[in-house]
Amino acid sequence: MIGSGLQIFNAYPAFARRGETFCCYPWEHKPIPKVFTFGGWLGGARHWHFAMMWVLVVNGLIYLGFIYLHGEWRDVVPRKSFPRDTLAMISYYLFIRKRHPVQGKYNALQRGTYFILPVVGAVAVISGIAIWKPVQLQPLTDLLGGYAWARYWHFLAMIMLVTLSAIHIFMVFTVDPYALQSITIGGYDERKSPEARNARPLYHLLPQAPAVEEEVAPVAVEEKMPPVAAAEVPSLEVAGASATQLPEHSSTESKP
Amino acid sequence: MTVDRRKFIALTGSTLSSALLAACGSRGPKGAERILRYAERKNEVVERALFRHTAMDSPIAGSRLAGNALPSYFVSKTVPVWDESQRGKWMLEVSGMVNRPLKLSLDDLQKLPRITQRVNHYCVEGWTAVEEWTGVRLRDLAGLAGMQAAAKYVDFQSFDDDYHESWDIESGMHAQTVVAYGLDGRMLAPAHGAPARVYSPVKLGYKNTKYLTRIVFMPVRNGGYWSDQGYEWYGGV
Repeated sequence: MIGSGLQIFNAYPAFARRGETFCCYPWEHKPIPKVFTFGGWLGGARHWHFAMMWVLVVNGLIYLGFIYLHGEWRDVVPRKSFPRDTLAMISYYLFIRKRHPVQGKYNALQRGTYFILPVVGAVAVISGIAIWKPVQLQPLTDLLGGYAWARYWHFLAMIMLVTLSAIHIFMVFTVDPYALQSITIGGYDERKSPEARNARPLYHLLPQAPAVEEEVAPVAVEEKMPPVAAAEVPSLEVAGASATQLPEHSSTESKP
Repeated sequence: MTVDRRKFIALTGSTLSSALLAACGSRGPKGAERILRYAERKNEVVERALFRHTAMDSPIAGSRLAGNALPSYFVSKTVPVWDESQRGKWMLEVSGMVNRPLKLSLDDLQKLPRITQRVNHYCVEGWTAVEEWTGVRLRDLAGLAGMQAAAKYVDFQSFDDDYHESWDIESGMHAQTVVAYGLDGRMLAPAHGAPARVYSPVKLGYKNTKYLTRIVFMPVRNGGYWSDQGYEWYGGV
């Protein structure tokens, strides 16, 4: 969808109506590099775009239906504590806060992202419909500020989806690559969660298990894994001086 | 365990990125063309179902006439101009499935009930332009010629080489579909399709044949200059 959309965009890489100027796009009439395009030519890209839009919409509806029916929407809809949790996560990632905030399935930043993604997706679809049928559905197009603006919202929604997806993928690999299992075949080891590892992007990427086991062995009763891990990790940081900890980890573990 | 996972990640990453690279800038797999044609046919069904005669186009508040900024397109090598000394007087023929075929001069056209409408021009490329068209509604011409009920399509033919585009009759009978001879208060210039062209906001620019010579009502569709080259035949807005 993105590649074919950019190919279509390149046929007129601007937003202004003919004879007017457009306030809010600094690269008017500069085409997108060809490597980001798909479909080969305008007509081909349009066919791809108008065929795949159904796949995108059906896929999105299945996703929304699924998380609704399974109650998983509760994992992504922001809670009352969302602003506070978000601040805590941000200050943690900025090394202002030392401990990973307590989280459920997702941390506050994830929650926000996974909540906004379907919203932005809906904006992309609705603005797409508005520029697909600007005459037959003119009230919708007018609601978005007319064709040129609807086209702009469509473009911005795409930029936002790309940005959020890029951050998401970056975070999967640099914070919680262990989640790839739960993403693909299911199953998740809580001992390796970012919270248990006190992980930031590229920090504490390896499971902290060996160290934990050494210290735990004499004390622990067997089969109490998640609570033990959670209880044990703090003492780890107390053991290692926090001032020297960061450079040390960055030098040894920054290569996943 | 860790190594396995890493290998898995590396493998997934490289597979994905190579697949992505292979896809970039390309037309997509050959086998997909059948699916795309299927999707186009189904989309046309949806678009025709969405079509309403009551849906009227009007430019959004605050928009300006494009005026000279309106690009001029033609498929001939030079601006097509009707040469009276060689081809005789320009006449617009209304024929096909009609009871009274017509041949109208520009004067005849101008004597028919005219409308002037300020509407958007939707180009397949993604730009729009606001223009003010003056002309005769095609539905009036169809009434004058006695269009038969069995006419399901209409073909607009031109003297711009072999340029033509055929439409579904519903779009042709839309109140904003006009045979235009005036643009922004002046007679149509050769750059924009003089002496007359079809103009309707319900179709993309390329469906709106310029340099009009014949309007032929038909029982079947007749393709078109750009639709035969792979653009959507329906091209509805």
